[in-house]
Amino acid sequence: MAHMTSSATSEPRTWRDGRFAMAAVRVGRILRELLGNPSSGFGLVVIIILLLTALFAPLIAGSEPNIVNLPNALKPPNAANWFGTDELGRDIFARIVYGSRISLTIITIVSVIVGPIGLMVGTSAGYFGGWYDTVLMRITDIFLSFPSLILSLAFVAALGAGLENAIIAIALTAWPPIARLARAETLTFRSADYIAASRMQGASSLRIVLKSIVPMCLPSVLVRITLSMATVILTAAGLGFLGLGAQPPLPEWGAMIATGRRYMLDNWWLVAFPGGAILLVSLAFNLLGDGLRDALDPKHH
Amino acid sequence: MSYDRTTAFLRQTGTILVTLIGLLVLTFCIGRLMPVDPVRAIVGEEADRATYEMVAERMGVNLPLYQQFFRYVGDIVHGDFGVSIRTGQPVINDIAHVMPATIELATFAIIGGAGLGIPLGILAAVRRNRPVDHIIRFLTLIGHSMPIFWTGMIGLIIFYAALGLVGGGGRISDYYVGLIPETTGFMLIDAALAGDWEVFGDAVNHLILPASILGYSSMAYITRMTRSFMLDQLNQEYVITARVKGLSKSRTVWHHAFANIRVQLVTIVALAYGSLLEGAVLIETVFSWPGFGQYITNNMLIGDMNAVMTCVLLVGVIFIALNLLSDALYKIFDPRTR
Repeated sequence: MAHMTSSATSEPRTWRDGRFAMAAVRVGRILRELLGNPSSGFGLVVIIILLLTALFAPLIAGSEPNIVNLPNALKPPNAANWFGTDELGRDIFARIVYGSRISLTIITIVSVIVGPIGLMVGTSAGYFGGWYDTVLMRITDIFLSFPSLILSLAFVAALGAGLENAIIAIALTAWPPIARLARAETLTFRSADYIAASRMQGASSLRIVLKSIVPMCLPSVLVRITLSMATVILTAAGLGFLGLGAQPPLPEWGAMIATGRRYMLDNWWLVAFPGGAILLVSLAFNLLGDGLRDALDPKHH
Repeated sequence: MSYDRTTAFLRQTGTILVTLIGLLVLTFCIGRLMPVDPVRAIVGEEADRATYEMVAERMGVNLPLYQQFFRYVGDIVHGDFGVSIRTGQPVINDIAHVMPATIELATFAIIGGAGLGIPLGILAAVRRNRPVDHIIRFLTLIGHSMPIFWTGMIGLIIFYAALGLVGGGGRISDYYVGLIPETTGFMLIDAALAGDWEVFGDAVNHLILPASILGYSSMAYITRMTRSFMLDQLNQEYVITARVKGLSKSRTVWHHAFANIRVQLVTIVALAYGSLLEGAVLIETVFSWPGFGQYITNNMLIGDMNAVMTCVLLVGVIFIALNLLSDALYKIFDPRTR
């Protein structure tokens, strides 16, 4: 008896270990391929730097982001303040470094919300079809018929300005393209033999969707999320700039540009550096997304 | 009309109606969720309880939600979009007043964006993986990734503050404001009609920077799409056949491949034109441009419910119309879809 239970528990584990090892090998191969291409390698490196910056912000920044030092206000870039200081004498470099935490928070929360929602809506609509599909796709179309910034603006206006609401608003506008994609992918293998086989073995619809369809959609959904992170960064910055996203004194890059705008004609560094950071991160996600698409595309090999 | 075409037509109409109703539900929800008391906004802070109740009764805010929704749809069917709290004017008049400024800006932007984007996209496709392709792809990538409001400010810092080449914010310089009678609302046309070429030149000087920056972002999109459409064509066998038969490269590209992507390009340009509304929201704020984008943001910041709901509805309708237009263009010009 004891022998039987031990073999029953150990066997799946070795099987799982094998699967993890295979997955690790696959991830390693994809990473190598991404780094081998100069443009996607650049994207990956920038995003890793962003991660490290956010993680070790207090070590890198050199000073606190919100320390007001009026005698030192509006200093151009110099040895002590690499990116200069703003109208309250705060170090812009430190603020950008701490701002990376806000950007990363936005990206993480949005993808954690948007990925599962988009996958569930898309795969279930594609799998079940019929009126269920029609209703879900009509709703998706309505959301898709807006430019994402204008729809997020409207949601933020409804929910009230602030970082949390901006994240919710962006998530509300970012799921439809993913649902569309997941549905299209599902349709291509809904009638595949292996799905029919698992249905005949008595698998429930939920099990088929979760175990057989979702994993097949995952690579393209991952690419799509990476690419849409570029848009998410831009939308979040746009909301911050319009005063509807993160509120001062939070060092969010878009909000920093909004306050810097008043002084920009004589003090270019107030807007140039935070905007440069936005451009760099958005560019990195675009490059990484393109690279991932090539790396995950089976036709490519 | 055959049976098939009638059902297809009915299906299409049904889909549009359902989408429009969904759109109305969405704007209605946004309006209801907004943290403003619509009654208080009309009667003012000082009003007593009786007045408040009376106005609330008349506006129907105490009715069940579905009845409020029917009232809202009924009003819109009758062309009543409500009154803006901020300006006290019917919202639809306000929008008609600000729209020409945005159309003027977006039109110049799309002329530049399509005028450069299509040739660049074709060039990149024809010279695939050569240096010129890499340069063009880099430029479009920057156009995709830049925060447009930031580019606008950098443009102002360089070309207005440092070099003094272009005008600053607004549609014309302050000292010209009010000199030109407003007939069409389009500054260039009005100035030309009035025969005032000084103001005309000043207006061009103010338009050029925001229009170029908006144009750059739509150029990025148009170039990218043109390149991929063109590559699809160039990889097909008829191109090889044409070349083997001795047709020159430029003739193959322009007379055959380009002819096949014309319809796709028209739809892409139409969608890019619509998307400029999004860029306009940010660019108009940077350049103090009194257009639709600035109107929508100002009203959102102060919570002017009717104005926000109508603007969102309008943007949705514009995009649905553009999508329908592009479907129709496909059907008319591309015999394969018939």
